[in-house]
Amino acid sequence: MAVAERYVGKPVLRKEDPEMLAGQARFTENLSAPGMVWMSVVRSPFAHARVGAIDTSAAEGMDGVVAVFTAADLESEWGGPLPFVWPITEDIKVPVHWPLTKDKARFQGDGVAVVVAETRGQAEDAAEAVKVDWEPLDAVLDLEEAAKDGVVVHEDLGTNVVVHWSHGGGGDQSLFDTADVIVKERYLGPRLIPNAIEPRACLAQSVPAMGEFTLITTTQIPHIARVTLGGTCNIPESKLRIIAPDVGGGFGSKLNVYAEEALVLALARRLQRPVKWVETRSENYLATIHGRGVLHDVEVAATNEGKILGFRVKELADMGAYYQLLTPGIPELGGWVYMGPYDVQAYWYEFTGIVTNATPTDAYRGAGRPEATYVLERAVDALARRIGKDPAEVRRMSLMAPFAEAKTSIMGLNLDSGNYPAAFERALELAGYEELRKEQRARRESGDGRQLGIGISSYIEMCGLAPSNILGALRYAAGGWDACAVQCLPDGKVVLKIGTSPHGQGHVTTWAQIASDTLGVTPDDVEVLHGDTSVAPLGMDTYGSRSVSVGATALHLALEKIKDKARVLAAHELEVAEDDLEFEAGSFHVKGAPDRARTIMDLAVSAWHAHALPAGFEPNLEATAVWDPPNFTWPAGTHVCIVEVDTETGATDIQRYVAVDDCGVVINPMIVDGQVHGGVAQGIAEALFEEARYDEQGNLMTSSMTQYLIPAASEMPSFELDRTETPSTTNPLGVKGIGEAGTIASPPAVVNAVIDAVSHLGVTHIDKPASPERVWKAIQAATGGSGGSRSERGGASGSPPRASGGAS
Amino acid sequence: MIPAPFEYVRVGTVDDAIQALSDSGDAKILAGGHSLLPLMRLRLARPALLVDIGRIDALRYVREDGDHVAIGALTRHHDVANDDVLQRHCPIVPYAASLIGDPQVRHVGTIGGSISHSDPASDMPTVLVALGADLVVAGQGGATRTVPAGDFFKGLFEPDLATNEVLSEIRVPKTGDRGWSYVKFNRRAQDWALVGVAALAANGSGASVALTNMSDRPLRASGVEEALSGGADAAAAAERAAEGSSPPSDAFASGEYRRELAKVLVRRALEEANAR
Repeated sequence: MAVAERYVGKPVLRKEDPEMLAGQARFTENLSAPGMVWMSVVRSPFAHARVGAIDTSAAEGMDGVVAVFTAADLESEWGGPLPFVWPITEDIKVPVHWPLTKDKARFQGDGVAVVVAETRGQAEDAAEAVKVDWEPLDAVLDLEEAAKDGVVVHEDLGTNVVVHWSHGGGGDQSLFDTADVIVKERYLGPRLIPNAIEPRACLAQSVPAMGEFTLITTTQIPHIARVTLGGTCNIPESKLRIIAPDVGGGFGSKLNVYAEEALVLALARRLQRPVKWVETRSENYLATIHGRGVLHDVEVAATNEGKILGFRVKELADMGAYYQLLTPGIPELGGWVYMGPYDVQAYWYEFTGIVTNATPTDAYRGAGRPEATYVLERAVDALARRIGKDPAEVRRMSLMAPFAEAKTSIMGLNLDSGNYPAAFERALELAGYEELRKEQRARRESGDGRQLGIGISSYIEMCGLAPSNILGALRYAAGGWDACAVQCLPDGKVVLKIGTSPHGQGHVTTWAQIASDTLGVTPDDVEVLHGDTSVAPLGMDTYGSRSVSVGATALHLALEKIKDKARVLAAHELEVAEDDLEFEAGSFHVKGAPDRARTIMDLAVSAWHAHALPAGFEPNLEATAVWDPPNFTWPAGTHVCIVEVDTETGATDIQRYVAVDDCGVVINPMIVDGQVHGGVAQGIAEALFEEARYDEQGNLMTSSMTQYLIPAASEMPSFELDRTETPSTTNPLGVKGIGEAGTIASPPAVVNAVIDAVSHLGVTHIDKPASPERVWKAIQAATGGSGGSRSERGGASGSPPRASGGAS
Repeated sequence: MIPAPFEYVRVGTVDDAIQALSDSGDAKILAGGHSLLPLMRLRLARPALLVDIGRIDALRYVREDGDHVAIGALTRHHDVANDDVLQRHCPIVPYAASLIGDPQVRHVGTIGGSISHSDPASDMPTVLVALGADLVVAGQGGATRTVPAGDFFKGLFEPDLATNEVLSEIRVPKTGDRGWSYVKFNRRAQDWALVGVAALAANGSGASVALTNMSDRPLRASGVEEALSGGADAAAAAERAAEGSSPPSDAFASGEYRRELAKVLVRRALEEANAR
């Protein structure tokens, strides 16, 4: 930016934090309305079952119960099924997904009825009393098994194999037959549960006389929810207001439109009372989307020296029982980065989407790109082991050379800019790579019971979603632009109405920093309004590391319009030509006469009282801009993880974690560090701890935080962070995005480190999460011990009911 | 999240608690509530009545008493972990208490509640079995009986407690300068043990070793103890750690892995106890 940067680039403390820390934030669960009633959903205990007679009489007679509705009772409410907006191919098969299922439950947690009562407790008690005549059916969970169609989840589709998408390939495919070395690997990516700290909740109110509805909901996407829920619920978009108040994290799980949101709206209309629903954590595990759930076959073609020539990847992706908003688009998003940061000559990617009797999958932090990075970086290490070379050396000789201007990559899209070797070398330097290898050799030679492992992950991601024309070409229903309105008020304050919808990211602070530098105010003078479709009607919301690169660019453009408009007024008041003015830090002055000046905020007063405006000048100093990016942004970087593995127990202890990321220009380094911390922690969780597991009947075994292992601070190392800065050529701010980088980079860095620690024992493969038992079994198998021969999956049996974090 | 409906009564004395338990056919005692309330919220437990003994301050103490230290059943894990008398006379108990759950849990959960819950994955029952502690149980009409820890844990969530009895006191022997160790292997700091080992070094009466989560109750590792008394070293004795065990296979680990872990952890515990 042309102005002096007083706030941009500085670690400005978050404006959002005081109210959060003081417990004064407004979360949906905190809100109520006069006459409000509570909804509870009757959910299927079976993963696959025909729904017979539903007896609601007992529930209807219970204290406080207002009404009980089955799917049939509510059919007339719907204008259409729940929204699915990304039919990625022409011949994709789309399961019909109603807010309540009528004929069949297709996953454990599928809703068949709702109870409405005066209190939450009464609603839950009555939901238990709804008697459903279930006819359990065989369930299908395994992807390869589901593809055989022995059990078909949606009879009307005739198959579980619902979509096949191929990138179409790039470069010379014959390399996969002719290269010196072909490494073939198979990697499993288990289902993950996003676990936003705030579970979902929603509160719908209607104003009957106006035919208007307000839905307060825990969403990342109030704008997308408005247009899509309007369709599902038969409400004109103009009559539907969506408010996302303070939202406690999403990680993609709230980048969705859910049955409960449609249900509370329909019930508010039916009952003419405000209706609220709050999800329990156990319910969240069943009824909110899962992430990942993939099986990859990868081939790496390389020279004998270890130069990577190409990747060929075939993926099976678990869609779950239905599509949610974007489901089959998630693997496709990853389908554009299976070359990583490497200069390859051949590229192939395809995936097959398969429905199963499990919770629908959808976007989870990184959405396709962590899957891609995991597969590539594991495979690069496998290649290095195969040819007996240091994995750092293989990467070094294969990284793309630096480029400052956009260039077309082998997968067909334009990369904005990149300097992958810089981040790579810096990460190795910070880690002290050569010293670590020396220590590793020493430990191996001494047969130390704690072996050292070093894992590298170099990544590239596709962020800043998205150029609307490309989204159109990819058959996505909406655009990828975003918007910002700037109002300079006469009291010296500024209001920004932004189209992105932060839920923890710090947009309020970041946007205020950018506006302050142009307008000559401080971040405290800037009010940032978001997450209410009546206040900020234009926007495409927050996901895909898009908010700064798309949304803040719209802010930048609106600020340019403000400047242009203010310049006219400044010239008028100073009685000079516009060309005679210079702009600096929020103020225009006459060239050569710095005392003859008008600040933008002075001009805002003049524009407001409008007493002496130039002819044709529109009163008020405000502007709106909408930005449709011409390209994605492409952050990149290298992470290095250093672990100790206890070879007797298989336990992994992360000793150090080094992350060098390149997210282009940084607005607030503290917020960027925080995003990396959170992302890396989530990726470490994926690598070592987290896995949503079902039994063969489709019961979710990891049904609470007791069984689903989310690590805490005590399981995390300190993070050693650094950055390189390669400005994006996609937008005038030069920013790229950082929300997903940590989650994308870290899982393979950690798993590579674990395998590296025990590779001298002959271990070449361990699936995520690399639990102590898996590591131990891999060591046993490699060394001919007793533990390697048994299946490590599906062994779960009755575990005693323990409900909380560890003690009485 | 919302428990099924239940009645609630708060009592001021142990006798009143026992009366309330006797009067109701289906009551549970509420102490710290850190096992019971989550189970009720998931509706896995649905007692008709909760008898809240949390305000009976007379059950909250640690005091020296001859050859043992007496711990009131309502003493919170945090207070056990930080008690000077226990640290001086029976340090394995406060150390194990410091590993239970997380700080929030330790500030609310009670030693008596943990023991009465009788979860084989809990740490303190194993330590008490290894120590040969005694448990004092109060019953109707002011009666009390004393049960050796080794007999108290009868099975999964099955303490030797009648529905109208209250665990009132835990008596742990002074261990003097006897070496000790408690090794807890878990995935996350706040978790239950996948496997845990309590070991007390020999002091004339022979070493004592007990295991967490290797059976439906805390399990005395008698094979290990026998080997040690026969002169085996720690490594050799530890090879017998899984004898007589029946560890669960669950979402966290297989029984097979737990058996192997037990061997490794018993050896490490014995080495630490011997070195202390």
